[in-house]
Amino acid sequence: MGKKKEVDDRFKKFGTVSFAAITKINDFVTSLEEGKVMGTRCTDCGMMLFPPRADCHQCLASNMEWFEVSGTGKLVTYSKLEYAPMGFKEDLPYSIAVLDYGDYKVFGRIASDVPEDQIKLGMEMKTVANELPNKQLNYVFQQIG
Amino acid sequence: MGKVGIIGVGQSTFVRQYPGSIRELVFEGFKEAMQDAQLTTKDIDASVVCSAPEYDKQRSPAGVFAEYLGLNPQPTFYVETLCSSSSTGLKLAYSLVASGLHDVVAVLGFQKMSEISSAESQERMGRGADIQWESPFGTMMPAYYAMYANAHMETYGTTPEDLAMIRVKAGTYGQLNDKAAFRKGITMEMFADPENRMAGPVASPLRTGDCCANADGSSCVIVASEEKAKAFSKKPIWILGLGAASTTVNLAGRDLFTGLTVAQQAAQQAYQMAGITPKEIDVAEVHDCFTIAEMMAYENLGFAEPGQGKELIRAKETYKEGRIPVNVDGGLLSKGHPIGATGGSQIRTIVLQLRGEAGDIQVKDPEIGLVHNIGGVGLYGNVTVLGR
Ligand SMILES: [Zn+2]
Repeated sequence: MGKKKEVDDRFKKFGTVSFAAITKINDFVTSLEEGKVMGTRCTDCGMMLFPPRADCHQCLASNMEWFEVSGTGKLVTYSKLEYAPMGFKEDLPYSIAVLDYGDYKVFGRIASDVPEDQIKLGMEMKTVANELPNKQLNYVFQQIG
Repeated sequence: MGKVGIIGVGQSTFVRQYPGSIRELVFEGFKEAMQDAQLTTKDIDASVVCSAPEYDKQRSPAGVFAEYLGLNPQPTFYVETLCSSSSTGLKLAYSLVASGLHDVVAVLGFQKMSEISSAESQERMGRGADIQWESPFGTMMPAYYAMYANAHMETYGTTPEDLAMIRVKAGTYGQLNDKAAFRKGITMEMFADPENRMAGPVASPLRTGDCCANADGSSCVIVASEEKAKAFSKKPIWILGLGAASTTVNLAGRDLFTGLTVAQQAAQQAYQMAGITPKEIDVAEVHDCFTIAEMMAYENLGFAEPGQGKELIRAKETYKEGRIPVNVDGGLLSKGHPIGATGGSQIRTIVLQLRGEAGDIQVKDPEIGLVHNIGGVGLYGNVTVLGR
């Protein structure tokens, strides 16, 4: 019989605990390994999408190109967790947040080395690829300068 | 098209750990509603079962309950919008009756959350958000709502004390509700004392006292056509308006962090259908899964201008004697929040209020009441307007 088909399950590396393994945008994880956080742009209508998507709901096309989440975004809001859901206790304490880049927003974590007293809503931050203690990958928001 | 009425309401006592199975739990709410409406099982033409999945092991619970409650061979099915599942169930029941497909429909909400640990439960609720792009960061409901609280405080100057006042109000009425899981009074001093459990941090700026707790519970609402409602009930309560909306699951897709767009939109629809304005609401039940959620509800429902919700609670306008009494049954904060049962419990409270049967928490002679029930983190919004 034929050889077992290789499964592209790269997405299982995303986050402290990943809840999905197979997706059409698995290249996102390979970019994270290379230190880049990428979104997708629809080549038909130009819409910028983060998180990246394989399909554009505006023009129903699936012609996407990758763009790098670069420059800075404004901190819209955040919360510091003192209690974690199952599977995340080792990461405590950590802060989840939203950054606004204008054309799109990014949901993620604030880097653990940012002192809480320096976090202010509206501050400019950048999104960077990050390796977690358990060797999984995610991205975090860092202070500028 | 005739009117659609509510002729029976019931709920189990909400408890931390129910000493029975889910079918036995659902029986409790059903029995109270059936006795309230004075019906027999053959009067029920269809049932709608509402809950959020994965708290217990039963798949397709509708069939199990139809058997246990004696509702075979009538049709039954399952609907889900997380914490607003039973408001969605009510909307479906309304549609089934208004379309003429069925005359009497039972909406059965339930949740038995105690079968799993609190951390597992936080993980389940967290997976009600975007599992591909948010959950891998370690998200949970209190943290999401805390992000709204943070933005609301920064934008409008709402304070932790304002939020604590909402919890104190909930405690005031929770003490009077024998169906509530948490019947202790809460004081501002508890929040001010860092040693007190109420003040313990969960997800900044929300503290333990800002969060509702898991519970086991069931609820039942029996909906009927105008003709049947008048035949079966001396005091039918009419469904005057229904609104529902959705937004992006991922917070990255949202523009507003000081309020819930789904609540604004659902309220607009419900007010328009009922032909009323927010001023005409005499009593309301809002989805206070967190204190900040009630604060935003004041504003999103039009009881206060954006940013002015804090003035309502500071002036005690949402107490029983105030301008717009809100959650005078103790709300989710005191009753506990058995996800799929919550909407039905809110509807029950308003129905009892409009009938004048609310006992110690009766608001003076209300004619129009409102239920605001939110699923997920402002993901699904449901607003229902009821009248005598
Ligand atoms: Zn497009």
